[in-house]
Amino acid sequence: MTYESVIGLEVHAQLATTTKIFCGCSAEFGGDPNTHVCPVCLGLPGALPVLNQNVVELAMHIALAAGCTIQPRSRFLRKNYFYPDLPKGYQISQFQSNEEMPLATGGGVDVPTEDGGTKTIRLTRIHMEEDAGKSIHQEAFVAAGESLVDVNRCGVPLIEIVSEPDLSTSEEAFHYLTSLHQLLVYTGVSEGDMEKGHMRIDANVSIRPVGETRLGTKVEIKNVNSFRNCQRAIESEIQRQIDLLETGGEIEQATMLYDPDRNILRAMRTKEESDDYRYFPDPDLVPLVVDHAWVERVQNQIPELPEAKRARFAEDYDMSADQIEVLTAGRDVADYFEATVAAGVQSRIAANWIQGDVMRVLNDRKVAIGDLRVSAESLAELIGLVDKGDISTSIARTVFDDMVETGDSPAAIVEKKGLVQISDAGELDGVIDQIIVDNPEEVERFKGGDQKLMGFFMGQLMRATKGQANPQKASQLLREKLG
Amino acid sequence: MPVSKDDVKKVAQLARLDFAPEEEAQLIDDLNRMLEYVAALDQLDTTEVPPTAHVLPLENAFRDDVMGQSLDRSDALANAPLSGQGHFRVPRVIE
Repeated sequence: MTYESVIGLEVHAQLATTTKIFCGCSAEFGGDPNTHVCPVCLGLPGALPVLNQNVVELAMHIALAAGCTIQPRSRFLRKNYFYPDLPKGYQISQFQSNEEMPLATGGGVDVPTEDGGTKTIRLTRIHMEEDAGKSIHQEAFVAAGESLVDVNRCGVPLIEIVSEPDLSTSEEAFHYLTSLHQLLVYTGVSEGDMEKGHMRIDANVSIRPVGETRLGTKVEIKNVNSFRNCQRAIESEIQRQIDLLETGGEIEQATMLYDPDRNILRAMRTKEESDDYRYFPDPDLVPLVVDHAWVERVQNQIPELPEAKRARFAEDYDMSADQIEVLTAGRDVADYFEATVAAGVQSRIAANWIQGDVMRVLNDRKVAIGDLRVSAESLAELIGLVDKGDISTSIARTVFDDMVETGDSPAAIVEKKGLVQISDAGELDGVIDQIIVDNPEEVERFKGGDQKLMGFFMGQLMRATKGQANPQKASQLLREKLG
Repeated sequence: MPVSKDDVKKVAQLARLDFAPEEEAQLIDDLNRMLEYVAALDQLDTTEVPPTAHVLPLENAFRDDVMGQSLDRSDALANAPLSGQGHFRVPRVIE
């Protein structure tokens, strides 16, 4: 039988705030264990949470960028359960059920399809919640039947972005995650650093015979930390379900964990009465009301989004499709490119430089373009020196490396190192005359028809001028003199 | 009566509370008396009253995204029954 798969994703993204969602502790990743903590995030009696306004602002940015509707009124609830990484005994979340209004509903994210088109993956909702702490299993303590708990992450702000089950393949899931990541980073909502766990994914996977309209039993894969792992986990799960059905088995609703090292899924130990979270509105937090003016203000702050930027670059600039991808992958690089063009460089030349030497330096040094000591204006100045014929392109590349190192202006480096190209006929004449005097034999053979010796004379000339002779001019003068 | 022995057992389990069997009968009785007391509200017609979670008409209490003072770790761990290596020590957590 042929099956089709139905996939929905829940993505937890960490918001790029300075502090936690309900207290002034640092939301920074890492830090010595249990140092980013206070009575609020430790859940000490009497401590009162107060909502960080920037959390709402950032959540609204991604919601509006994804075309969601901001709900005029939403609230926070307590989800009650006991777990060692949750000192309060409850997690504060906007989610209770699909009937509870979260900050945002609807909207969608476009993903590329195999046939070159795009498909919109609809979003169910985006809601805000707090993260829990971290359990650490250290050998010595595990042996004694103990775990260690670091609660630095407790109260770090998250948004959960829930998609409709519109994804049909694991590749689509991968593309959806990539598009969502780009959107989150473009809008400055999340740093999107996967190494720091800024995006964690739960995948709901079910299969059904092609043509069947009812949904099959779904299996949830929890807490996957990379897009490739998510794709592979979904692939394994689809295959597992198909094998099960084909051998007469039945799919049981379950929660699984993915082991990326062994590429297998294993069922999580089900928590007892896990469905009884006894949600109720947090009496310490007042309702959140977002009026039209607030929505409009955030809407106006949303930068040009990746898709629109790609379309505009294709329209306005002379560059390859490949270059469009590279130059719009991040907003910072796109801005750098446009600043270079604004400083008077032709788009094709600017694109070549940035895709080539600039990206090489960024990759080698693992730095962001904003940390580069060569500003877009300096790069434009360097390219200008090539245009004027002051230096050759190959000299320009060494000057660029020097600029990266020192932060000096290209003109200063060219001056300091005496790299200006010699195009002056008078100066080159003198050098050529000396070469002729020094190499009478070669001159005779050249005059006798040995044209290959042209390379020898150019080599002599470049050596005498330390590579700074303008090659076209030098070759022209040599031919005239050796005539 | 609305509260059964099973209800008490379930709530006790959710709250991680432990009771002796003879205490259960007392609890069933206590809980039912509380529910009866609150049941007086059923006499009111609330069809036109929207559900509310707050008695005060407040909304949008925010703080700015500015770092405040965190606790010293020794203070944070001071009340922990067990601690070590800068962490809370708890019975082993199994996923």
